[in-house]
Amino acid sequence: MVSSVVHIGCGAGFSGDRVDAAIPVVATLAKKEGPKYLIFETLAERTLALAQKHRRKDPSHGYSPFLESYIRPILKKCHECGIKIVSNFGAANPKGGAIKIAEIAKETGCNDIKIAIVEGDDLLQIMSGADIQNHPTIEGLDIGDNEVLAANAYLGARPIAEALQKGADVVVVGRCTDPALVLGPLIKEFSWAENDWSKLAAGTMAGHLLECGGQVTGAYFADPGYKDVPNLANVGFPLAEVKSDGTLIITKAENTGGLVSAQTVKEQLLYEIHDPENYYTADVILDISKVEVTEVGLDRVEVSGANGKPRPDTLKATVSIDGGWMGEAEMSYAGPNALKRARLAIDVLKSRYRDIGTNYPIRFDILGTMSVHSGDNEDITSSHSYPEDGDYRIRVATCGHEKEVIERINQEVLSLYCSGPAAGGGFRQHLTDQVQTASILVDREKIRPKVNFLTGNV
Amino acid sequence: MSKQVENVRLHEIAHARAGDKGNRSNISLIPYNPAIYDCLLDQITEARVLDLFKKKGASKVTRYELPNLPALNFVIDDVLEGGVNSALNLDQHGKTLSFFLLTLLVKVPADLYKSKKN
Repeated sequence: MVSSVVHIGCGAGFSGDRVDAAIPVVATLAKKEGPKYLIFETLAERTLALAQKHRRKDPSHGYSPFLESYIRPILKKCHECGIKIVSNFGAANPKGGAIKIAEIAKETGCNDIKIAIVEGDDLLQIMSGADIQNHPTIEGLDIGDNEVLAANAYLGARPIAEALQKGADVVVVGRCTDPALVLGPLIKEFSWAENDWSKLAAGTMAGHLLECGGQVTGAYFADPGYKDVPNLANVGFPLAEVKSDGTLIITKAENTGGLVSAQTVKEQLLYEIHDPENYYTADVILDISKVEVTEVGLDRVEVSGANGKPRPDTLKATVSIDGGWMGEAEMSYAGPNALKRARLAIDVLKSRYRDIGTNYPIRFDILGTMSVHSGDNEDITSSHSYPEDGDYRIRVATCGHEKEVIERINQEVLSLYCSGPAAGGGFRQHLTDQVQTASILVDREKIRPKVNFLTGNV
Repeated sequence: MSKQVENVRLHEIAHARAGDKGNRSNISLIPYNPAIYDCLLDQITEARVLDLFKKKGASKVTRYELPNLPALNFVIDDVLEGGVNSALNLDQHGKTLSFFLLTLLVKVPADLYKSKKN
C-alpha cells in the first residue's frame, strides 16, 4: 500500500552541527502515523579528504567523527518508533561507520537492527589516480599531476531506496548528493519511477530544503529588528511532510525555538543554487524557477511548483589534493592611538617579509576596521575613516607548501611582542593542513553503487 | 503628480543569503514587500553588483530572476579569493557577503517603503 504522507526530519545540516538537535525531531516524528525518517547531512566538500587521511592511519576509522554523538542519543527511540535513519556519515568508510552503529545498538539494547551500507562512490576503487587526473576540472583547481588524496562521485537516491526496500533500519552512505538522503526514502515509499521527473524534482527540492538543518527554520537568518527569531538558542530542526504527488510542507520539531516562514524557506530555497532552472543532481535536473512558497499555518509552509528535467549522463565527483599549509597569526592593539600602532605593526611586518624574501601570498587585516568584506590587497584604512582610538587586532594570513616558511611568517608576528610597536598583546597563531578540491564529471555508467548489509556479530 | 522617493540601503527593504561553491558565491536577494521587486529589478543590476565586488576579484555576475517568490539570485564568479580551500580571507566561504550586498543604495517609492515598516 502506498502511504499518503511521509514524514522526514533532519538532525544535522553539516559536520559539526548541534549534537542534540535530533532529539526533539525524533520526539515529533514518533507521534506521526505512517513512514518516518531521520536524516543527518554531515559531509562537506573537504570532509572526505580528511576522513580518507584518518582511514589511511587506521583502517577502522574514516567515517564521520561525529557519528557517535549524533546516533547514540536517538538510536533506541528511533528503533522503537520505526523511524529509519539515513545519513552520509559513512564518509570515507561507510562499513566502519556501520560497525560503529552496530556497537552502539548493542550497548543501548536495540535488537535486530538492520544496518545497510551504500558504497561505490570511491573513484580510487575503480580507476587509477592518473585516470582521475586526466578528467578536466569543471570547478576548482586543476588537478595536474598532484597526488589524489580522495575522489568520490556523488551517488543518487536509488541505492538508498534499494537499501530501504530491503528492510534497512539505518542506511550508511559515503558521498551522495545531499538531497538524495531525502529523495531515497520518498522513492522507496512512493515507488516513483526513474523518469518521473516532476516527482523526483519535488523530492529533490524537499531534500534541498532539509539538508542544511536549521537553515530553513530560522538559523543563519536572524537579523535583530529586521528578521527576529524566537528562542534561536534552541532552534528546532526541520521536518518535511511529503505526499505521493510531490506536495510538500516544511515544518519543524515541536517545543523548540526558531520559525518556519515564507522568508526562511525562500532563503534556503536559493541557498547554493546557481541557475534556478538547472540544479544538477544525480537523479534529476531540478528547476525551481516557478516555485511558490505559501504560509499555510503556524510554522507550516507549503512549497510547490518544482519542475524536473532528465538526469544528466554524468555524475559530479570531488577530487581532493594536498593543499600545503595555511598560517594565520594575530596581535591586538587597544586604547589611545591604537589604529596607528596596528598600522605600524603591519608596516614592520611587510619590511621583515621583504627581507625574508618569500613569494608566498600574504594578507594583512586590521580586525575592527573592514576585514571580511575587503579584498586581499585592499588598503582599508586609507580609504575609510576609523577612530584612531579603539580595540584593533592585526591578522596575517599566508599559504604555501613549505611548512618552515609558514612558521617563519607566523613567528614574525609573535616577535612583535618585544620588537614591535607599544603594547601589542594577545598573540595567537594557527597552522592548518590544507586540502584543495576540484570537481570533475564522470560517466554515470562507470559508477556502480552497491548495497550491502552488515552481517554477523560485531 | 510626482511620487515621493526615498534613497535607502537594501538592508531596509530586502534580505539576503550567501552560499558558496568553489570560488563562486551566490547571493539571494528577497524583498520584504513583494511590491518592491520591480525596484530591485530596475536598480540592482549585474553591473552594479560586479562593481561592488570587483575589489574582491569578482570577474562576472549573472543575475537570475524568480518573479514568483519574488527574488533575485546573483551568481558572482571568482569573488571568494580562492574559495573555502585556499582563501586567505577570514571568511573563506563568503558567508558574510550577503550583508555587503545589502549596503547598496536603492531608490524606492516612499509608500512602499513605509508599508514594510508599518
